[in-house]
Amino acid sequence: MYVAVKGGEKAIEASHRLLDSARRGDPGVPELSTRQIAEQLGLAVDRVMAEGSLHDRELAALAIKQAQGDLIEAVFLLRAYRTTLPRLGNSEPVDTGRMAIRRRISATFKDLPGGQILGPTYDYTHRLLDFRLADEGGSRDRNPAPEAERGPAAEEPVPRVVDILGREGLIEEESAPETGGAPPADITREPLRFPADRDARLQALARGDEGFLLALGYSTQRGFSNNHPFAGEIRYGAVAVEIVPEELGFAIEIGEIEVTEVQMVNQFTGNARTPPQFTRGYGLVFGHQERKAMSMALVDRALRCAELDEAPASPAQDEEFVLYHSDNVEASGFVQHLKLPHYVDFQSELELLRKLRAEFEDPPAEAAE
Amino acid sequence: MAEDGYNFAYLDEQTKRMIRRAILKAVAIPGYQVPFGSREMPLPYGWGTGGIQVTASIIGRDDTLKVIDQGADDTVNAVSIRKFFARTAGVGTTERTEDATILQTRHRIPETPLGPGQILVYQVPIPEPLRWLEPREAETRKMHALEEYGVMHVRLYEDIARFGHIATSYDYPVRVNGRYLMRPSPIPKFDNPKMDRSPALQLFGAGREKRIYAIPPHTGVRSLDFDDHPFEVQKWEDVCALCGSGESFLDEIVTDDRGGRMFVCSDTDYCGRRREAGHTGPATRDPEGSGA
Repeated sequence: MYVAVKGGEKAIEASHRLLDSARRGDPGVPELSTRQIAEQLGLAVDRVMAEGSLHDRELAALAIKQAQGDLIEAVFLLRAYRTTLPRLGNSEPVDTGRMAIRRRISATFKDLPGGQILGPTYDYTHRLLDFRLADEGGSRDRNPAPEAERGPAAEEPVPRVVDILGREGLIEEESAPETGGAPPADITREPLRFPADRDARLQALARGDEGFLLALGYSTQRGFSNNHPFAGEIRYGAVAVEIVPEELGFAIEIGEIEVTEVQMVNQFTGNARTPPQFTRGYGLVFGHQERKAMSMALVDRALRCAELDEAPASPAQDEEFVLYHSDNVEASGFVQHLKLPHYVDFQSELELLRKLRAEFEDPPAEAAE
Repeated sequence: MAEDGYNFAYLDEQTKRMIRRAILKAVAIPGYQVPFGSREMPLPYGWGTGGIQVTASIIGRDDTLKVIDQGADDTVNAVSIRKFFARTAGVGTTERTEDATILQTRHRIPETPLGPGQILVYQVPIPEPLRWLEPREAETRKMHALEEYGVMHVRLYEDIARFGHIATSYDYPVRVNGRYLMRPSPIPKFDNPKMDRSPALQLFGAGREKRIYAIPPHTGVRSLDFDDHPFEVQKWEDVCALCGSGESFLDEIVTDDRGGRMFVCSDTDYCGRRREAGHTGPATRDPEGSGA
């Protein structure tokens, strides 16, 4: 005889215990520390901080450990924590011109003030598995990092490539938008509205899924809205975060964050109002994430089509398509909610389908005429 | 006792106030989708975050909460959400429909009629009734503003022309108070008539889509139809195998791999209480019965 399935609560608890044991793996293998994750899986930590919209290496490392290395799950953990935090104030805009640079390249000029600094990059590695890393302690006998990399980065401000072009008037001017003193949009507090302003768009892209933005950015290069990009500049390093406490009235530095900034320089033939000039696509991401920052800059430029009088014709130019679907925590939840029971809607569909099938096989009199 | 370290019912009071303001606006404009600053919850989007935020904003220490999913109190997600509130708010919970002051639901309206003072909170995946007809939010908002609902009637008409019926069996569109077209969330159309002039307050929360809407008590809710194709609800040839009810929404249970199946009430509280009162169905009358 049929007995309704009961005991959901017990099943959930048992499932959590199984999960704990799966996460720990073989207890004979030493447990990972969050410190090890923060130090040795730094790029994973960067991604989780960026898409989690929270700059905290320790918490991101904890989220990665708790999520067993599932980075989207880790992003979700970090976001659910972030949402409970009080907002104490807004920082001053960070000045990336004063970045302590660890890496800085331009694909548009061979040499430029401040120089090309290759820094730590996988770009010119040969992708050969390094079996020495498989041995524990195998990285110990490596050559030490070169002095310049280990020492404090240059204190001199390094001018941005786009500012060099700007002096000749060859690239559009970009000034901080007039917000009338209002803080920039925060899509984690106010729902997105369309058409969205660029501040809200950039925030959505900065916390958007890297894979999704990569594919969209790639699509713009393959003809789905080509905007002829050049990597004007990619820089990565530490910038100071400053706030102006009301009782002081002047800016004080509260810490440093590492960011990757990308300025894409895009062709533009001009229109009735504007002479031909270069336009910009902008990417800024926590940590060292060039792939993400470049994709963001490509998509930012594509989304500026309305403002530049370009006819929107491809997915990357479609604001609602891009911004509503770039959030991996939202997407992951909704795709996976299909695992929840749908007995009732399915039953309704079954009943309808049986009725339609019965009529298909034995048409009612008037339909048969 | 509520979990330490978090505010009562998880959300901070500022957030609750923001959500209550959205709810008040929603009640004032029945069926209108109010955008709100939906928070990231510790449960995944698509799993009831909208309903949870609405419940968290209205629940008080004296409330009694019932949570159902597919009509059942014991499905895993209903258990998980009930536990979330027991943990963060320490409120009493119940499975008895008439004992609850707040009922959070996914995909069903209980069979037991709701009374005045009760609040039914729906979890909503996609709040926009025009979404499959027009994917862009900027457009659908305009269509609501202009009361431009002809496309929905055309879609229902096309169903009739093709199949002889309206081929929508759940999430069936309604007009609220003669004005806004509204999506009742994926409840079966069987439940639609229960929304009409209900003495309970009905609140709808869509967390991922960041919208709240409402049907105030005693508000007219009309399922779309045509004069020559009036709205009708599903009917079963079977009765509940356990309690014998011929009036409730039935789930189909596959009992073997030879086509055997039985039907049981989707509302577990309703079915269990009928059985307590002595009602029997085909499976409970015949102890040897396979129920097929």
